[in-house]
Amino acid sequence: MLGLTIEQIAYLFRGAGWTIVLSLLGFVGGTLLGLPIALARSAHSKLARALSGALVQLVQGIPLPVIMFVVYFGISIGGFDVPALVAAGVAMTLYAGAYLGEIWKGCILAVPRTQWEAGECLALTSTQRFIFVILPQALRIAVPPTVGFLVQIVKNTSYSVVINFFDLTYSAKVINNSTFKPFTVFTIAALIYFAICFPMSLLASRFERRLHRG
Amino acid sequence: MSYEFDFSFLDEYLPDLWHGIWLTLGMTTASILPGFALGTLCAVGRLYGPPWVRRAVVIYVEGIRNTPLIIQVFWLFFGLAVLQVRIGPFPAAVIALVINVGAYTAEIMRAGFMSIPKGQIEAASCLALKPSQALWSVQLPQAVERVYPALVSQFVLMMLATSIMSQISAEELTGVAYMIQSFTFRGFEVYLVIAVIYLVMASLLRLTLLGVAQVSFPRRRRLGTPL
Repeated sequence: MLGLTIEQIAYLFRGAGWTIVLSLLGFVGGTLLGLPIALARSAHSKLARALSGALVQLVQGIPLPVIMFVVYFGISIGGFDVPALVAAGVAMTLYAGAYLGEIWKGCILAVPRTQWEAGECLALTSTQRFIFVILPQALRIAVPPTVGFLVQIVKNTSYSVVINFFDLTYSAKVINNSTFKPFTVFTIAALIYFAICFPMSLLASRFERRLHRG
Repeated sequence: MSYEFDFSFLDEYLPDLWHGIWLTLGMTTASILPGFALGTLCAVGRLYGPPWVRRAVVIYVEGIRNTPLIIQVFWLFFGLAVLQVRIGPFPAAVIALVINVGAYTAEIMRAGFMSIPKGQIEAASCLALKPSQALWSVQLPQAVERVYPALVSQFVLMMLATSIMSQISAEELTGVAYMIQSFTFRGFEVYLVIAVIYLVMASLLRLTLLGVAQVSFPRRRRLGTPL
């Protein structure tokens, strides 16, 4: 098929499977890290805002491949022999956490101030106000950009190729090295990425239009 | 855990680091203007072009934005090699970056054009400007000024993305780092240093581009307010 054997095509799809695994790891880890960052970024305490802001600036100013290398070599100086999946997962967590934190901070701040004030008038404590009044509204605003960012996560897992993690990009590189059919191999790889990402892009823009219609 | 940090590689490999920094910056600056031009052209085509142009732009933009840069780079670089086109890693990297950032710029500029009030275009036609003149001297400057912050972020992201170009053996900063760590076995320290250099470069690029805005948007300079 297309000058590639069935085994070679299957190899590409196996790589695609690991791309999805790493994307899920990045999203779950990014959510766990991003939530506290979003809370700290929108907190009253100046210190919390400054520290979380510095973390976000730090991660956003360093290329993801370099973060991957730092994590990869950083864990291994502890004397641990880390599988590339762990290093890539930690790096994706840092990366996704910083961006998701910043996105969700915007969503929390986008809830009108009057909602806080109304909650105060109803004698809710600040925790209650946040959980029952602000959070549900912020979540609604957060859906489109979060789905949109999922596309970034999937695409950026491809950078894990620098630490030789076996994902779709890596498997495509290997197949290309042995067959030397770059157009076929990388077109198939691109189509697989596209098949994962494009539906999510469509979904994100549909959610966004629905949100703006109100 | 006892680990002795050792940054002594800095002395020996400083010239290599400089070389990598220059290549990264060169790649970035070489891609910004062509990428911006391509993106703007696509935005105009998407908004005002005939149906087939619009469709072509949508396919280009969505195709690029939904696949990873590195696959595009591999496709181009190894593809050209098969076609017997001899092209170095540096020009290949720049071409790939221009094509990539053009798609993102197209979406940003489209938003910019769409945000211009209708009255501006009507005023231009009242002044007997041809549509092309209105586009060039009324719509374009306002669109750029409105979306300038988004453009700056996009170009900073593009600079960070050049770090992947060592995969096609362009010896930019990350490629130099890989070379150094393979000689010194000080991977952690090397990449810490590299991370700091990228942080500084990202801030400098952002400041430079914001400085360009101060010079090139006279209205903003006089009033100090965004459009």
